[in-house]
Amino acid sequence: MLQTKKSYIAITTILVLTFFAANFVYPKFLKLLPEVPFKLGLDLQGGTHLIYQADLTNIEEAERGEAMEGLKDVIEKRVNLFGVSEPVVQIQGEKLIVEMAGVIDPAEAIKQIGKTPFLEFREQKENYQEIVEKNKKTLEAGGTEKDLEDPFQPTQLNGRYLKNAAVVFSQVTSLPQISLEFNEEGAKLFEELTAKNVGKSLAIYLDGTPISAPVVQEKISGGKAQITGKFTLQEAKDLARNLNAGALPVPISLISQETVGPILGKISLEKSLKAGFYGFLTVILFMILVYRLPGLIASLALAIYVIFVLSLFKIISVTLTLAGIAGFILSIGMAVDANVLIFSRMREELREGKNFSQSVEEGFKRAWPSIRDGNLTTLLVAAILFSVGTSFIKGFALTLSIGILVSMFSAIAVTRNFLKSFEGTRLEKIKWLW
Amino acid sequence: MINFNFLKYRKIYYFLSTILFAGSIVSLVVFGLKAGIDLTGGSILEIEFEAERPANSITREKLSGLDLGEFSVQPAGEKGMILRMKELSEEEHQKVLEQLKEYQIKELRFESIGPTISSELRRKTKSVIILATLAIALYITVAFGKVARPINSWQLGVISLFSLLHDILIPLGILAIFGHFYGAQFTIPVIVALLTILGYSINNTVVTFDRIRENASRKDLADFGQVVNDSLNQTLGRQLGTSLTTLFPLIFIFFLGGETLKYFSLVLIFGIICGVYSSLFLVAPILFDWIKRKKII
Repeated sequence: MLQTKKSYIAITTILVLTFFAANFVYPKFLKLLPEVPFKLGLDLQGGTHLIYQADLTNIEEAERGEAMEGLKDVIEKRVNLFGVSEPVVQIQGEKLIVEMAGVIDPAEAIKQIGKTPFLEFREQKENYQEIVEKNKKTLEAGGTEKDLEDPFQPTQLNGRYLKNAAVVFSQVTSLPQISLEFNEEGAKLFEELTAKNVGKSLAIYLDGTPISAPVVQEKISGGKAQITGKFTLQEAKDLARNLNAGALPVPISLISQETVGPILGKISLEKSLKAGFYGFLTVILFMILVYRLPGLIASLALAIYVIFVLSLFKIISVTLTLAGIAGFILSIGMAVDANVLIFSRMREELREGKNFSQSVEEGFKRAWPSIRDGNLTTLLVAAILFSVGTSFIKGFALTLSIGILVSMFSAIAVTRNFLKSFEGTRLEKIKWLW
Repeated sequence: MINFNFLKYRKIYYFLSTILFAGSIVSLVVFGLKAGIDLTGGSILEIEFEAERPANSITREKLSGLDLGEFSVQPAGEKGMILRMKELSEEEHQKVLEQLKEYQIKELRFESIGPTISSELRRKTKSVIILATLAIALYITVAFGKVARPINSWQLGVISLFSLLHDILIPLGILAIFGHFYGAQFTIPVIVALLTILGYSINNTVVTFDRIRENASRKDLADFGQVVNDSLNQTLGRQLGTSLTTLFPLIFIFFLGGETLKYFSLVLIFGIICGVYSSLFLVAPILFDWIKRKKII
């Protein structure tokens, strides 16, 4: 009887733990615990994974680490501009890995990351007025911006001669502006350009788009200029930062791209959850049909197992990928294995005429070596997969290992105590139940 | 209690396995395995047509102007299509999309893997395979270290290795058939599935041999056939129970899961079926015949 009492205490503890774990997994129900979302991989939430190779041939061996750090900084700044949550920029040897979740347009992102913001000054073409008139007419006739001719032509002055860019506020309008400071060579070019264009407008283009076209009042020396556009403060800050970041410290090339659209990510997630759910139901049905009451106990243990594993995924913040979910679903089937082993052995003992509590004890004792050894082989393989594998392999191995470890716990703690709690009850006498 | 005379029909099992084994080798030789882009480099584009999906030949023709290397077009699901091409730069990728624009496509997934990355993936995968195989071999040595007469531990080791080969080769042969008819590829997920089968299948074999050892030490050795039959009948429930509970979720992954996990689960399904088959119908009968032939009993 003491044994039964002990197992009642154990069961109560397990159920209380399960209750909190379930709340943690699905917090919308009671809101007892802080809400922690599952961390989904790019393949499930949609996103882009880019690998860049840095060309370090022109960099001294000793300075390569520093060059990579500098590269990472610049890329990080650019990536942050996309406003995706928690972008990841990582250095891996001479490679740079960029991960962005849920980027709507990866093509645009790739363009932005790889580019140098190109600032240039353009002057009016000879027939400036003519073109402006013509453009006006085209627009009136219903033409689009594409049909217009650019009235400006490029000059020698561009962002390469830039020394510094900063955000300042206009003293007149108090709107944010960008102040530019050229280096010596740039200052000279700027002086020449303004001298040549007094009374005309000088356009400032960024990446081929005109930002502003102030009219030059007089020759400007000293190498300082302002860009007044219709900037919000944020835009002005981003622009100044991009201009300062300038060119990448080393050339990079994109060597691998993996983009999963948000639609596919969502579909994949739904599909795999559905597969997991139906798989789980079938396993439970099978267990109850074949093993009757112990099957029911095992199903309960399995449900507790699923809740514990899912809350563990949240606690240690496992990034769930398709491979990870596959590992988890596979571990559901394997988790039952321990129960099947215990019940099969228990049945044998009962058939040999032992009483219920002896059969539970013996069945467990005899099944344990097989449970341990069996899980050991899978854990061993999983450990190897995890330590040397690629990201797909790692995701799979991690969830599979977590699943196996928790399943051993659920066999020892959950199933065993549930079985023991039937000792001395009327149910233990009904043979067909077991 | 089920009492099936396993040994009586062993010729049939041997015959069946020989056919499957030989068939797999033939299928591997004839069809071969198509390595995925994660191992060879290249690109894969999955799209969905909002309007009607054009025939493969039309898609091929549309793209014929571009330099895509040797590329394949394969329908997927109801409205989807999967294109496999050489490694593409972002510009080339956009050109492909541009060519198909008129069919109102939605890009679901694009993956392009350059030679640097694929060779790194190959290297890592190779070391995973070597280490896992070594670990399994080590496990076999330890697991069968202590056995009583008439069984030799090296006999158990050899039979286990043979059954592993059997359980790996048949799924591979099936994958080759699927590769030929449905474009299934030999990818890293498939390799992971095969390694998982290794761990799983050796497990089943150990359970069978453990039972035989246990019973052999208890009973009169004069009737080794009875010992083997009893052991198989005793483990039958466990072997079937475990493999079925693992198979159910996998079957759902195969039918409901997406493209990435399809052949991963297929290989696992066949590997697990082979694993339970060989642990019930192959390893013990082979052990029996081996011992009988040597006239130890």
